[in-house]
Amino acid sequence: MKKNILTLLISFFVLQVGCAQENTPMIETPETTNYTYEIVVDGVDIPWGMAFISSNELLVTEKSGILYHIKEGVKSEVSGLPEIYVRGQGGLLDVALHPDFSKNKIIYMTLGANTEGNNKGGNTAMYCGTLNGTQLSDIKLLYKAGPNSKKGQHWGSRIVFDKKGHLYFTIGDRGNRDVNPQDLSRDGGKVYRLNLDGSIPEDNPFVNKAGAKEAVFSYGHRNPQGMTVHPKTGEVWENEHGPRGGDEINIIKKGINYGWPKITYGINYSGTTITDKTAAPNMEQPFYYWVPSIGPSGMAFSTSNVYKGWKNNLFIGSLKFEYLERLVIKKNKVVKREKVLNKIGRVRNVVEGPDGYLYLGVEGKGIVKIVPRS
Amino acid sequence: MRILLVFYLVSLGFLSAKLTPQKTKAESIVAGAEIYQDFCLQCHLASGEGVSGVFPPLKNSDYLFENINSSIAGIKYGLKGEITVNDEVYDGIMVTQGLDDEEIADVMNYILNQWGNSSDLFINAQQVAAVPKSLIAQ
Repeated sequence: MKKNILTLLISFFVLQVGCAQENTPMIETPETTNYTYEIVVDGVDIPWGMAFISSNELLVTEKSGILYHIKEGVKSEVSGLPEIYVRGQGGLLDVALHPDFSKNKIIYMTLGANTEGNNKGGNTAMYCGTLNGTQLSDIKLLYKAGPNSKKGQHWGSRIVFDKKGHLYFTIGDRGNRDVNPQDLSRDGGKVYRLNLDGSIPEDNPFVNKAGAKEAVFSYGHRNPQGMTVHPKTGEVWENEHGPRGGDEINIIKKGINYGWPKITYGINYSGTTITDKTAAPNMEQPFYYWVPSIGPSGMAFSTSNVYKGWKNNLFIGSLKFEYLERLVIKKNKVVKREKVLNKIGRVRNVVEGPDGYLYLGVEGKGIVKIVPRS
Repeated sequence: MRILLVFYLVSLGFLSAKLTPQKTKAESIVAGAEIYQDFCLQCHLASGEGVSGVFPPLKNSDYLFENINSSIAGIKYGLKGEITVNDEVYDGIMVTQGLDDEEIADVMNYILNQWGNSSDLFINAQQVAAVPKSLIAQ
């Protein structure tokens, strides 16, 4: 009898844990909202990256390979870009301003490239260049992942800076999940860290490891397409696409293995299993994960007082369900999730502008500004 | 002399076959299946049924079968704006995937002969190369 009760208790526990996994807390869709939106830049099919020079001047990447400079609502194409290899999910991806941009006019870009001139596809590259008005010059290739691949998937990529003179960028597993993410001697499935001039920081975690790619900062990632720096802690936060289920938010730490594809909360698109493990020794658990997947792209914290009650909340675009997700975090836990601008379209990116407003890159629409109702 | 001539012609035949390898339709469909997995499946799904109102179906699609060259143009150059598929209006964006002409021919042969679809056509790279941008979403 005692044994039976124990079995019953255990099955209850297992059932509870099993049920508790589905994207808790449940996402809320508010019935009334005190905000609306306006389109500030239109005519950009896939506005992948966004970087503000000032409140009314910004750069926007169009995935097909165009960099737009927008000033006072006037949109012009920037000339002098490096050659861009467009295939599948690859093309012109993120853009970011050097922390001293106002003085040196340097910008950084990640993009699909075939710099080798071979017929073997492409891989993600990181470039910098000097921007004068709408002319880019002094282009430098700071990093080129290899080998090239004709696979269409998982190029990353986002760029952020810490306050210690480093830049971080991401590259996805390039559709080669069983080979790239867990192998430090190979590119792909990694977060990378460089000095602002493109050199390798001496204290990068794998500089003394034989055969390792020295630019690698963390590994075991699938396809990180969102990254931001926490406004208070200065930590690098990242989100990445899982397969079917298993999208993740991770706080990026030096030298850590985030587990893909050895551990995951997702399964194959076809419904078959990738691994039965969701946890393993020496592999980091995500800060948060989604089952089912939302298709997370850009990521930003709100730090301003523009929106009532949103300060310090985390915002992540959902490509799949076509909304912006607002996550309230208390004591290192997600305690509330809410849909913002439900059904707006595929949200590719979200950035907090210098004016404290949130700007979204929405596919087929362009750049959308969230405006509080007065 | 005659032997030499025969030898010459035969080796010429081998050489040209080597230089312009022609896939059979079955081989093209197999190659197209791999392209489909990589570039198309995420939206049009493994079943080819798409998502109603968002991503148009390829399975039993009237648009596909009635607009072969426009469908090629859509894959080749990207497709934007309204199209009607099986009486449902779609107004999304399919961006160009960067596939070469042969890959587009392969994936066309695959989708025209998968999920119960069936076509007598055998599309090749030359046909794809000849499709102009002006044919998008006629």
